[in-house]
Amino acid sequence: MDTQFQTSGTPSREEISAEVQAFLAEQEQKTLLRFLTCGSVDDGKSTLIGRLLFDTKLIYEDQLAVLERDSRKHGTVGDDFDLALLVDGLEAEREQGITIDVAYRFFSTPKRKFIVADTPGHEQYTRNMATGASTADLAIVLIDARRGVLPQTRRHSFIASLLGIRNIVVAVNKIDLVDHSQKVFDTITADYHAFAKDLGFESVQAIPMSARFGDNVSTRSNKLAWFDGPTLIEHLESVPVDEGLAEKPLRFPVQYVSRPNLDFRGFSGTIASGRVSQGDPIVVAKSGKPSTVARIVTQDGDLASASAGQAVTLVLADEIEVSRGNMLVAPDTRPEVAEQFEASLVWFDEKPMMPGRSYLLRTETDQTPASITALKHRVDVNSFAHEAANSLDLNEVGVVNLSTQEPLVFDPYAQNRVTGAFVLIDRLTNATVGAGMINHGLRRASNVHWQSLDVNKPARAEQKHQKPVVLWFTGLSGSGKSTIANLLEKRLFADGRHTYTLDGDNLRHGLNRDLGFTEESRVENIRRVGEVSKLMVDAGLIVLVSFISPFIAERRMARALVEEHEFVEVFVDTPFEVCAARDPKGLYAKALRGEIKNFTGVDSPYEPPESPEIHLQTVGRSVEDMTDEIEDWLKQRGYI
Amino acid sequence: MSMTHLQRLEAEAIHIFREVAATFTKPVMLYSVGKDSSVMLHLAMKAFYPAKPPFPFLHVDSHWKFGEMIAFRDQMAEELGFDLIVHKNMEGVRDGVGPFTHGSNAHTHLMKTMALREALDLHGFDAAFGGARRDEEKSRAKERIFSFRNAQQAWDPKNQRPEMWKIFNTRIAQGESIRVFPISNWTELDVWQYILQEGIPIVPLYFAAKRPVVARDGMLIMKDDDRMELRDGEVLEERLVRFRTLGCYPLTGAVESSADTLEGIVRETLVARTSEREGRAIDHDESGSMEKKKREGYF
Repeated sequence: MDTQFQTSGTPSREEISAEVQAFLAEQEQKTLLRFLTCGSVDDGKSTLIGRLLFDTKLIYEDQLAVLERDSRKHGTVGDDFDLALLVDGLEAEREQGITIDVAYRFFSTPKRKFIVADTPGHEQYTRNMATGASTADLAIVLIDARRGVLPQTRRHSFIASLLGIRNIVVAVNKIDLVDHSQKVFDTITADYHAFAKDLGFESVQAIPMSARFGDNVSTRSNKLAWFDGPTLIEHLESVPVDEGLAEKPLRFPVQYVSRPNLDFRGFSGTIASGRVSQGDPIVVAKSGKPSTVARIVTQDGDLASASAGQAVTLVLADEIEVSRGNMLVAPDTRPEVAEQFEASLVWFDEKPMMPGRSYLLRTETDQTPASITALKHRVDVNSFAHEAANSLDLNEVGVVNLSTQEPLVFDPYAQNRVTGAFVLIDRLTNATVGAGMINHGLRRASNVHWQSLDVNKPARAEQKHQKPVVLWFTGLSGSGKSTIANLLEKRLFADGRHTYTLDGDNLRHGLNRDLGFTEESRVENIRRVGEVSKLMVDAGLIVLVSFISPFIAERRMARALVEEHEFVEVFVDTPFEVCAARDPKGLYAKALRGEIKNFTGVDSPYEPPESPEIHLQTVGRSVEDMTDEIEDWLKQRGYI
Repeated sequence: MSMTHLQRLEAEAIHIFREVAATFTKPVMLYSVGKDSSVMLHLAMKAFYPAKPPFPFLHVDSHWKFGEMIAFRDQMAEELGFDLIVHKNMEGVRDGVGPFTHGSNAHTHLMKTMALREALDLHGFDAAFGGARRDEEKSRAKERIFSFRNAQQAWDPKNQRPEMWKIFNTRIAQGESIRVFPISNWTELDVWQYILQEGIPIVPLYFAAKRPVVARDGMLIMKDDDRMELRDGEVLEERLVRFRTLGCYPLTGAVESSADTLEGIVRETLVARTSEREGRAIDHDESGSMEKKKREGYF
């Protein structure tokens, strides 16, 4: 029982202090339960929460005065106070008599403190329910005794299950309107158990009640004497909900790197699971680098140890690279580090989810571009059946495969609600468009922990999901080299490849500004292009070089700079007559008039490649067709 | 070792402070000098220890704050060494805007709402911390912890981003901003309990003392300076009073109380039968008034 305060007489300071200290000591004993209420329109959710606040004395007299006035203006229950008006906060809601956004309420009893998420029942507002469920330990599913189990009841129970809620209260409300009938209650309870049996709930407690009159909310009712279970409050006070996060392996997502001066480098974050002590070995999840916890820093002094839920700053014994989005973890039980995984996804946006589209994926501290590579199936939330689908609409749920640009550190959501969750963000509007719960990693990704790696060519290439290569386009001026290279680069880029095009124009204006058109200069020109290509290949890029490069020797020199298979010669073979007739820049005309010296094909030779990897005879073929050919060639040989 | 309720709230708030520092380029904390701001300041110091909070503290001075608030503010900035920015709507000051002459609505709009918007625009802050709590008022119960504001700094309650787990969508476009409420999930009792537990300094106005007050419009208004003139029939009395909430002195009612210790205040809160914002004039006109102000950019 909570301390009772004297309300008469004038207590002394000592008495006040003693009373308050006793009260605070009691508060410290209380555990916290976060729950949400869900159900369909008019089931009486807001009334139930108003009733909980009212019965636990959280409603103040001045709020009651406002309530009395508002009840006359908007009330739906005649002369009584409309308890729902206490919690329906926004004007639009009060006018329409519905709850349109999730709201959080606070109350406490002598045993527990409660945070309630009041979530809307309207079908189109499912995203708000998922929001409330993401932080809840328990869900109260309201059912109107007159209407029984509805499609929304199933939907909400399914979402609660999907978001990892393991404790359900089935509140059969408005039991007064069915004459407090046990038969009605039993039928609804049986219906509920029948469809919820596969949803993985640990406890399902059905309670008949009338939120409006308070029956079985905090007090028992004679009219429901046939019911021998707990009241709602009794159940909420006693249901065990500890997720045991502290007993799980250490997961410390690095949120913020603190570097106030040269002598201090700390990693701030909230421990997602497990515990950590001074001297504990840890590894950096993404790099696999090991270290030891040197200090656990807080403003209240260093801690010997800390556990799940605490916000601390860790100092490591070694100077190793760790940035936001990485995770410090237990060396023996590591999380998965992968770029591809399967997840359940709830879609929140008006614009449907499209496989292949790029979104930003965000976990508690990490962020990376990601796309859905496959929609495996959609889940019918009424029958829970799996259906084939091409996209997910607003409020739909599906199972998808995702691919991220950077490796992600995670645990399956079923094992850890903190490290297994993510949201998807639209890159253009910044709207939060979906929420995901990771099931497991895919393919090579799973259970292969990243060993400490040097950053080198294979590592960079791996990061970009491609084999770096130089695509060397050679051919006469006007043969179509740049046109084909441009289209190819556009396509590769759209595909998420990392590319760069080098051509005469962008090099002649800068790097090669000092070179003229003597033979010596032309050789130097090609040497520089070759060297730049080599650096870009080392950086992991696909490099498209578009140069006339008429001499076999020069092309051989460029080829020799990179490794075998990193140089692909593309001969854009267009006859002189065709090029001279096209003459897009008017150069042939000038050369033929003798105004340009050393012009390839006119007064300087072009040496055709002897055995190019790709030989495009352009006459009669479209640019698209030839670009296709190059793409196919690259795919067949595993470059892309 | 399981955490107490206050430890959990503290950890949540620290997490939010760090998240903003890690993801925004120019955050600011709105420092109103009240008890919630004192708690916020304390949490911000904890979140970045041993570093100082990596953002400035902005006080929007309506020109009608209690004198003791200003003195306390300057003292805290001096002691803790944080970067304090004070902003006033100077046009309003020049025009002599005040609650006595312009009424509470016009004063609040010009000297608080507009001044705040002006200050945020002037400095180009992309995230602003506020000390609002969900238990304070009905429309606040529905606001997110990371609350999106469009380029006009307006709040659209029907188009809020879903806030899942502790994963916050901190992405904004040019000109847009986010208001962040790290103590959203605290109740008034939690705030007092925390102040007591941590020994957090607060403005002395919260403690009962003999103060010169006038009964006006159902409230006890303290005559804080000469700008307040007595109306016919009004009497200035020395009464033992304290304030449950602080703001502009002409708009903030005192309550009669003998609670002159933190424990006394906590005890009084526990037996209180009147909710906190009752002492503030701005919520009274109609019950949706806070929501209207928020849509316009009020904190």
